[in-house]
Amino acid sequence: MSTQTAPDESFENAHVLDPAASTASQEDISTEIRDIHEAYRQQVLAGAKEETQPRVDFAPYRSSLLRHPTKNLHHTDPETIELHSPAFGQRDVHILESDLTIQHNGEPIGERIVVAGRVLDGDGRPVAGQLIEVWQANAAGRYVHKRDQHPAPIDPNFTGVGRAITGPNGEYSFTTIKPAPYPWKNHHNAWRPAHIHFSLFGTDFTQRMITQMYFPGDPLFALDPIYQAITDQKARDRLVATYDHSITSHEWATGYNWDIVLTGSNRTWMEDEEGDH
Amino acid sequence: MAQAPELKLVPTPGQTIGPFYGYALPFEKGNELVNQAHPAAVRLHGVVYDGNGEVIPDSMLEIWQADEHGNVASADGSLVRDGYTFTGFGRVPVDNVGHYTFTTVNPGPTEEGKAPFIMLTVFARGLLNRLFTRIYLPEDTEALANDPLLASLPEDRRKTLIAAREEDGSLRFDIRLQGEDETVFLSYPRES
Repeated sequence: MSTQTAPDESFENAHVLDPAASTASQEDISTEIRDIHEAYRQQVLAGAKEETQPRVDFAPYRSSLLRHPTKNLHHTDPETIELHSPAFGQRDVHILESDLTIQHNGEPIGERIVVAGRVLDGDGRPVAGQLIEVWQANAAGRYVHKRDQHPAPIDPNFTGVGRAITGPNGEYSFTTIKPAPYPWKNHHNAWRPAHIHFSLFGTDFTQRMITQMYFPGDPLFALDPIYQAITDQKARDRLVATYDHSITSHEWATGYNWDIVLTGSNRTWMEDEEGDH
Repeated sequence: MAQAPELKLVPTPGQTIGPFYGYALPFEKGNELVNQAHPAAVRLHGVVYDGNGEVIPDSMLEIWQADEHGNVASADGSLVRDGYTFTGFGRVPVDNVGHYTFTTVNPGPTEEGKAPFIMLTVFARGLLNRLFTRIYLPEDTEALANDPLLASLPEDRRKTLIAAREEDGSLRFDIRLQGEDETVFLSYPRES
């Protein structure tokens, strides 16, 4: 496990700001977000393609200023290794690792939930037998990570890390505790909407992705420069789980559904093409 | 090359890995694709820099590669390593000074005459979506000259993708997210 430390978004040096951060107010950040979104809407009205991914250059998220490429991504056709993906299996992940509420001696505090869904590729095919990893804050908005010094309680019965291998139809299910929002240091009085981090693999390594799942109706959505770095509302909605009463279980846990779509595999069509020669 | 078929579904957006993955994603021997005692073991290392040339201490890297014979692994055990099976996958958080090390082998060419490379994915706090790039081995200059990706890049950009071989046999590959000598990052067909 990593033990690295750095004085930035943590609270261990509360007086030290990220050099790239400012003392901007929420109003400043919200105005910047609004201006970028308005410019995007005008581009779409003028015929530009709708965006589906976050911008990597998104100034309201101050830490992105010096950490995004300024040159366009260079388009390339994948070679053999890029058409395959590392393999994970039952050797790698125990079946109980998908229940984040049973990792310690007692029950964690908070609202017990089940988050379930499917991992699909861009062709709608299930991604079966692949690794899916999650991590999150506890019910008080605190991560176990030593750099998180937010003065909210650590729950001795909750670590907030889960893993699973997707089923034959790409399905997964995690039992956990609903995470709380937490403060961070992007700007004055900055709060992240509650979220669960997800890490995903596909059948091609080019489909690798890490993202965050949010909960419906979070009042912090409009204020959050990480979520709003996705300029398109339809794309933003794809990160929000749906309350699903068919996943909710009697006297036990409420349920949320969230399906994840990876990019398209290039293996099938490129191999078919090779077969044509 | 034929046109890639259209996607049926719109991909889910990515988001930053954030600052607090350190207790969740790194795993034991994640940076050891082979044991250091393996006869073909090679150190792959370097530093991750931001646009000011400052090191990035909270980045996580993953590599995926063929073995020394150019074979693509399909064995599981990428996460719980048995110390013997080459699975081709590695994951490492950089250290406090932005430095990373993998212990691996030089990948062989996956097809005769192709320039061998290691696929690299970069995650970091402040980086809103993952980045892909390639780490080419420096030796086979003819294969490098014939590589379609490298051939499509101007000289000053091409060199950002080719690792340096150090005296002790290590591969050195620095990653610059921004600025002069910014690393070439890649996009692939069928991303949207």
